[in-house]
Amino acid sequence: MVAHFVRLKLTLLANTLRRSVWQTIGLAVALLYGLTVITFLVGAAVVGGRADPALTGQVLTVVGAAVVLGWWVVPLFAFGVDSTLDPLRFATYAIPRRRLLAGLAAAGAVSVPAVVTLLAGLGAAFAWASDPVALLAALLGAVAAFALCVVGSRATTTLLAPLLDSRRYREILMVVAIVPLLAVGPFFAWLGSSADRQVDGSGVTVTTTGPGEELLSGITTLAGIASWTPFGAPWALAGAVHDGAWPAALARLAVVVVTLAAAVVVWDRSLARTLVTPRGDGAATASRRGLGWFARVPATPTGAVAARCATYWVRDPRYAASLALVPLLPVVLVAVALSSGAGTELFLVVAPTAAFILGIGLSNDVGYDNTAFALHVAAGVPGRADRWGRVIPVAVVGVPLVVAFAVAAVLVSGRWDALPAVLGTSLGVLGVGVGVSSVASARLVYPVPKPGESAFKTPQGATVATMVAQAVAFAIVAVLTAPTVVLALLGLFGVGSGYGWAALAVGLVSAVVALVVGVRWGARVYERRQPELLAQVTAFS
Amino acid sequence: MTCSGITLYGGRVSTPTFPSTPDLPPPDPAAALSVRGLWKRFGDKIAVAGIDLDVPAGSFFGLVGPNGAGKTTSLSMATGLLRPDFGTAAVHGTDLWARPDEAKAMLGILPDGLRLFDRLTGAQLLTYAGLLHGLDRATVADRTEDLLRAMDLVADRDNLVVDYSAGMTKKIALAGAMIHAPRVLVLDEPFEAVDPVSAANIRDILRRYVDDGGTVVVSSHVMDLVQRMCSHVAIIAGGHVLDVGTVDAVRGEQSLEDRFVDLVGGRKGSEGLEWLRTSSGSS
Repeated sequence: MVAHFVRLKLTLLANTLRRSVWQTIGLAVALLYGLTVITFLVGAAVVGGRADPALTGQVLTVVGAAVVLGWWVVPLFAFGVDSTLDPLRFATYAIPRRRLLAGLAAAGAVSVPAVVTLLAGLGAAFAWASDPVALLAALLGAVAAFALCVVGSRATTTLLAPLLDSRRYREILMVVAIVPLLAVGPFFAWLGSSADRQVDGSGVTVTTTGPGEELLSGITTLAGIASWTPFGAPWALAGAVHDGAWPAALARLAVVVVTLAAAVVVWDRSLARTLVTPRGDGAATASRRGLGWFARVPATPTGAVAARCATYWVRDPRYAASLALVPLLPVVLVAVALSSGAGTELFLVVAPTAAFILGIGLSNDVGYDNTAFALHVAAGVPGRADRWGRVIPVAVVGVPLVVAFAVAAVLVSGRWDALPAVLGTSLGVLGVGVGVSSVASARLVYPVPKPGESAFKTPQGATVATMVAQAVAFAIVAVLTAPTVVLALLGLFGVGSGYGWAALAVGLVSAVVALVVGVRWGARVYERRQPELLAQVTAFS
Repeated sequence: MTCSGITLYGGRVSTPTFPSTPDLPPPDPAAALSVRGLWKRFGDKIAVAGIDLDVPAGSFFGLVGPNGAGKTTSLSMATGLLRPDFGTAAVHGTDLWARPDEAKAMLGILPDGLRLFDRLTGAQLLTYAGLLHGLDRATVADRTEDLLRAMDLVADRDNLVVDYSAGMTKKIALAGAMIHAPRVLVLDEPFEAVDPVSAANIRDILRRYVDDGGTVVVSSHVMDLVQRMCSHVAIIAGGHVLDVGTVDAVRGEQSLEDRFVDLVGGRKGSEGLEWLRTSSGSS
């Protein structure tokens, strides 16, 4: 039975590869990436283990704990990351639950992330190469941690499946998930600045403990806590063995065994419940009175498309997630500025960055429509109406927002002289971004999460195609905004205040020209390629 | 700077429109929908291999065929959703690929297996469809109310379409296809997942529409339904039209279902499945 499941999983994988060459390339890239990560990790662990085993053990514990935690939590946000062997699909086959459990566990171990985790764990164990007993404990710990990853992730997803089935919770969860993701940046900035100051030696601030030791003691504390949690315990086994602290080693082993057993029991129970509970959208249906934006726009095709897009920006979590990113940007930058001491002038990039996100966000709008786009084709929506309709909501929200960000940044940093340069750059980036997107979304369609899927779910094999498409769009935006940016930089760094005003003028003109030309060109391409666009999005689904 | 034929995903796209080919007979201008020599290939598989059809104006036209016969592909090409590799389509004499705006204004389409803008409420979706077709606000508002009532969706007008059941989704999509009062309705599997009461209501609506001079094309694989409902029928299989005409002419003395099975073939009988008989039930 276990062999059956593994073979099923491999067959499914092989069949997805047969569907398109991009998916094969995607898998190859994923494997290559995984191998690079493994090589790097193992190398770092081995070198570190030779230099300072205690510290390396602590770092491994912290990183390992994060990996296990990731396995448990990430699938909840990116639900359906691996739904190829959804337990519900086996509900109609009379498979004894024990064997189903074993089979699903084995199949869960057959995936790129699982193989990478296992290999990296086993490889990192060789940090203890100088101490054979500790090495043995580390290898055992790596296998145990791997089991915890696979079983634990199944347990949490199966346990919370009823909750995840409700569209409401899923969507809220998804938007909320952005916050910790954004916190990653400031965290690394803090880490980096601590390391910087450590290397710097002299140190700007003189305290009782130097900033470098602060980092080290931080890791020691973190490792001390993590090693007693279910996530870090397997990774901390070897450290305890190395120190000869046998009671601690045994206790950590106990933590691992108990957790594993608990996870199996939880998984088993929830699986039993899942198999007899048909899936359905249990959430109360959301109700909205009236027509919303549709009652407020002019009664034209352009107005209709604008109303639909505005509604989607708020109501579709895939859009809402990127919209939520924009107001969070300044917060993140404040954190970076405070923790790294980069100074408040960093705020000056907030407005151009927000403009870039808003402008480029439109570049795959037809991809986001998915096959619902058929309505536009069936109705023969004119290219102008389709393009302007998609641009208008972004422009209406984007222009005041970007101007507000620019003024606020100037206010905080006290660089009033920078206002024309910042405004010019931001509005230029917004206009050029929207203009380029209008052509790009009629020209290049790439797979994105389907409506109703998690915004974090990357369609298999899409990565390479997506990266190429985005890189092309980014490059064009960069080239077209280069004159504005150069003038703005000249103005900012005090070559002459005239440059700032020149940046404003060039930025505004390039924005308007790019917008008008982009929309017109996009409209022409769109009218010629309507059925082809539909055929492409149909091929994704 | 035109970069024709470049796509990031899927097959190659041929951008130019098709030259009208001299060896095809011209489409029948009197027909509501007239297609000539439609061809479509997906990879190695030929989905539609040269289909000619004339749907008479004012007819209730059934398109039947086994799974994978090319029904959906043919209808997509006849309505402008899919560009044929070869062949032409005309709506009331207007070439669909040469003058798409005029032709599409006369067409109401219910595609099968495609999504809707389902983050809109039912009322919003109908309004959206109406405005996209260029109707004025008052007309859209009136027709939205009428259609919601006809489809029995008034209670769910302010709910998101994503929360609708399969049958309700079908009904709101059908309403969206009708809002601009098209002269020809092309409906792919309109009765799938629709409950019997709603299906009867929809049949009444369609029949009235035909009585008032409209033309309906439905695809289905429920033969009984087509025999009772349609005036004309075309049987297609393997990408070819096997027979076409009035329902009575096509079926002759037989039922449509028997005639269909005769034409398409592939009946197997149940030999070879003896083990399926339960031991207690078989004598």
